[in-house]
Amino acid sequence: MTDAYIEVRNVSFSRGDRVIYENVSLTIPRGKITAVMGPSGTGKTTLLRLIAAQLAPDSGELLVDGKNIHALSRSNLYKARKKMGMLFQSGALFSDMSVAENIAFPMEEHTKLDAETISKRVLDKLYSVGLRGAAKLMPSELSGGMARRVALARAIALDPELVMYDEPFTGQDPISKGVLVKLIRQLNDTANITSVLVSHDVEESLSIADHVCILAGGRVIAEGSADEIRASDNAEVQQFLNGEPDGPVPFHYPENRADAGKGVL
Amino acid sequence: MKMIAELGAALLNWLESVGRAGIFLVQSIVRLPVRPKESLNLLVKQLYSVGVLSLVIVVVSGAFIGMVLALQGYSILAKFGSEEAVGQLLALALLRELGPVVTALLFAGRAGSSLTAEIGLMKATEQLSSFEMMGVDPLRRVIAPRFIAGVICLPLLSLIFSATGIIGGLVVSVNWLGVHDGAFWSLMQQSVYFDTDILNGFIKAVFFSVAVTWIAVYQGYECVPTSEGIGKATTRTVVLGSLAILALDFVLTAAMFGDF
Amino acid sequence: MRSKRIELAVGAFIVVGIMAFVYLAVQVSGLAFSDKKDTYQIVARFDDIGGLSNRAKVTIAGVNVGSVESITFDKDLYMGLVTMNIDSDVDNIPTDSSVAILTSGLLGEKYLGISIGAEDEMLKDGGEIFDTQSALVLETLISQFLFKAGDSE
Repeated sequence: MTDAYIEVRNVSFSRGDRVIYENVSLTIPRGKITAVMGPSGTGKTTLLRLIAAQLAPDSGELLVDGKNIHALSRSNLYKARKKMGMLFQSGALFSDMSVAENIAFPMEEHTKLDAETISKRVLDKLYSVGLRGAAKLMPSELSGGMARRVALARAIALDPELVMYDEPFTGQDPISKGVLVKLIRQLNDTANITSVLVSHDVEESLSIADHVCILAGGRVIAEGSADEIRASDNAEVQQFLNGEPDGPVPFHYPENRADAGKGVL
Repeated sequence: MKMIAELGAALLNWLESVGRAGIFLVQSIVRLPVRPKESLNLLVKQLYSVGVLSLVIVVVSGAFIGMVLALQGYSILAKFGSEEAVGQLLALALLRELGPVVTALLFAGRAGSSLTAEIGLMKATEQLSSFEMMGVDPLRRVIAPRFIAGVICLPLLSLIFSATGIIGGLVVSVNWLGVHDGAFWSLMQQSVYFDTDILNGFIKAVFFSVAVTWIAVYQGYECVPTSEGIGKATTRTVVLGSLAILALDFVLTAAMFGDF
Repeated sequence: MRSKRIELAVGAFIVVGIMAFVYLAVQVSGLAFSDKKDTYQIVARFDDIGGLSNRAKVTIAGVNVGSVESITFDKDLYMGLVTMNIDSDVDNIPTDSSVAILTSGLLGEKYLGISIGAEDEMLKDGGEIFDTQSALVLETLISQFLFKAGDSE
């Protein structure tokens, strides 16, 4: 077994009556890119929020770098989060700050660097995502792809050990997707970051992931390298990978028996 | 039996949400700022968007309400030959009731709703989560400056409202209707007391400011982060805020001016 | 710079707010800041205080010389006991002065008016004015008027 940065052990989580995870266990190896895939609504984003301890599981535990993240005190949790960067689905740039201020924010908040060093570092980070020229723009002036790259620069501002990507490819044009794929790979290799990628874009994810987990129906249905996943003979996995409309995951949303035959309006 | 159970469950639910809102309020005040200078900057920004931007509506409404009061008061008082008392009527009505209450209602509509919408949108675009992920407490960073700004601004706005209202009434009654200005001021000064009228009105405004701003930031923070959810939360801010103002006004008036 | 302008606007807003407060305090309530004058207390008993309230003004020759401190009920004499504060520079009120409850205008407030007597001895702190004239109560006035009209017929 490779060295695990994150271990998820028998975690169950439900929202109201809806069970999202039932006894899920998976590992995320250190220094690699792990893709967590699955159909929409299987709680992939929830997994990231559990890792960041923004949500607490109903049972089971999550070890991040050997520590149970949900047992940490509030101040220790905030310290642990400084080692994590997260790229949100919407970018989540602070709308009242410019691009440069957005990236400077985590440094201003958590380091004692002087303004000059920070501004140099901000330009470095922007350079690494290819947006040095956009430093003075406001988030509302950026295209979706640029906003995500800025958010990526902000996520790595504190040189974290772990970067989590929440649906980085959704809604991006092919060029932006290509840029993001390249950036994620590059960051992971140069800075020795552990990356967790949550996505349902099969091709992009498989192309960069070292390790893949597929979630469906609250369980892990497959785990392994990209090639192992491609070769899997699990019908559910094949349906997901090939995008077949019907299969183990039914095309029809289950109907409530009691409502059968009644009108819908 | 089932009805009683449902009623009980609803009551417990309500109590729980009140408790949550209370904890939320305490947490956002108690968490001290880590970087004082930056907190001051944030506060100034909020004072601007909550206070300065509400100034126009408050001044304009204050002037008009003062002018209308003067017209109405004059036409009735003139029947008794005591039109000089219009100053007294104006000052007492504005300082005790209209100043704090109308300003707070305007504030709930103008600043409260925009606070809710802004915070709700920050939640919807994951900016609040993003703060959390960076190890920055959104209560401290987003909620606290807005709450404090609201609590500072509303009493000031209410004073400005009363002052412009009195000036508006002065213009109408003295300059247009020909009330003697010496009598206008002396009757007003005789009947207005600093502690019972001005101070009590100010205290009312402070209570209203806490209630309205609390409701506004809480509704934003707890809203369902969708366009529909933000819309509903904004409406709730205005409705709950207005009701809270009027109910609080009754209680405070009874405590301050009722002779029990 | 943008933030400078914001700071300026916020500063102006706070100054305007404080100015409104001072304006209301000074111009509207007529609060004078050196108001704490030395006073001495005298009392008077009335058959009917008829709507006189705390802090009503006390006048001599129409000039404000003090205010009503408290109004209580004298249990033994069944009278209203009014305590008033008189400015200490007005220290020459004769002991046989009289005090009346007056009304400013038809609908105005009740206040006390002291009419000066002729004695050489002056009222001191804790002194009492014995000659009092109660408030005019409209109902009493009307009934008196009606009875008198009846008598003269």
